Amino acid sequence: MRLPALLVVVIACATSYTTHGVDEFGHYAVDDRRSGYTYAAAETRAMQDDEFANSGYIWVEKGAELWASEDGRAGQTCASCHAEAAESMRGVGARYPVFAPEIGKLINLEQRINQCRSERMQATAWPWESTELLAMTAYVRHQSKDMPVSPVIDGPAAPFFAAGKALYHTRRGQLDMACIHCHEMNSGNKLRAQRLSQGMSNGFPTYRLKWQTLGSLHRRIIGCDDDVRAEPYPAGADEYVNLELYLAWRARGLPVETPAVRN
Amino acid sequence: MDKPRVKVPNKVKAGEPFEVKVLISHTMESGQRIDEASGQKIPRMIINAFTCKLDGEIVFSATLHPAVSANPYLAFYVVAERSGELEFTWTDDSGDSATATHALEVG
Repeated sequence: MRLPALLVVVIACATSYTTHGVDEFGHYAVDDRRSGYTYAAAETRAMQDDEFANSGYIWVEKGAELWASEDGRAGQTCASCHAEAAESMRGVGARYPVFAPEIGKLINLEQRINQCRSERMQATAWPWESTELLAMTAYVRHQSKDMPVSPVIDGPAAPFFAAGKALYHTRRGQLDMACIHCHEMNSGNKLRAQRLSQGMSNGFPTYRLKWQTLGSLHRRIIGCDDDVRAEPYPAGADEYVNLELYLAWRARGLPVETPAVRN
Repeated sequence: MDKPRVKVPNKVKAGEPFEVKVLISHTMESGQRIDEASGQKIPRMIINAFTCKLDGEIVFSATLHPAVSANPYLAFYVVAERSGELEFTWTDDSGDSATATHALEVG
């Protein structure tokens, strides 16, 4: 008699959990995948939702200015080729990183922006985490706001996806931990005072209250590597770009939230 | 310190409080942090004062301290009896200031 009763309880719990997710989180949850938004405090969510209070828009606005500013020896602006970002860049942020045949590997948004700058505009590449690169990345990705994250993982991208997936499951650092240990096996549990999220990438670049600034996904991953006392790769490393594709696949269907606000 | 952003209702009623929101880009360096490369303290550099004037008369002011976050966001209420110009001023430790104005329509 005992076993069926227990089963009923388990099924009831599972059902209520699923319903809870769909009702409360709206499009911030798809199946069992939840945006970091659903783990954030009400105050943090309110800050993200209000375009005025969301400090991330400082960078988005700066990106809009840079989009129309001439730079480099070719005397071009982003708009010279791409015209209105609202049209030409719509959907771009939802599918990056992508396979780039000319370099034979994946390229992410930051790298594509710098590729455009060096090759087409003949301007200097912006350093990683510079105000300009963050602003342009945020501006471009913001054009896909609320579109579902939808990376391409097959075809030529497949081996890079596999490498990213492998890194996600590889134990690293003195603490000997992989991404999966916190963000899949323990998401929702507390790590000291913080609730662990599923580590979804759909809101990057993100305004992080701890940083007091907008920051890239690679900066965030470097933070994770530091936390498990692993030697981080440099921002923009192939390993992180591959991981970025795997993270995008994990976040598939979740809305692009750039610029998100997180603690 | 740049990009002051101001949000005021398009039209307000005489004698009725309305909400004003302001946000400005500033690092708000607290003076408590150490530069890891040099081991030296990073000098304090914060916006320490904010005022909102209506036709030259101060209607709201604030003194800010080092615990205030980067890109300070303030929201407050103002009452106006007639149309006029709202002037917002932020001043930081270096003495630099930023100003924004808004034509207030009372009807």
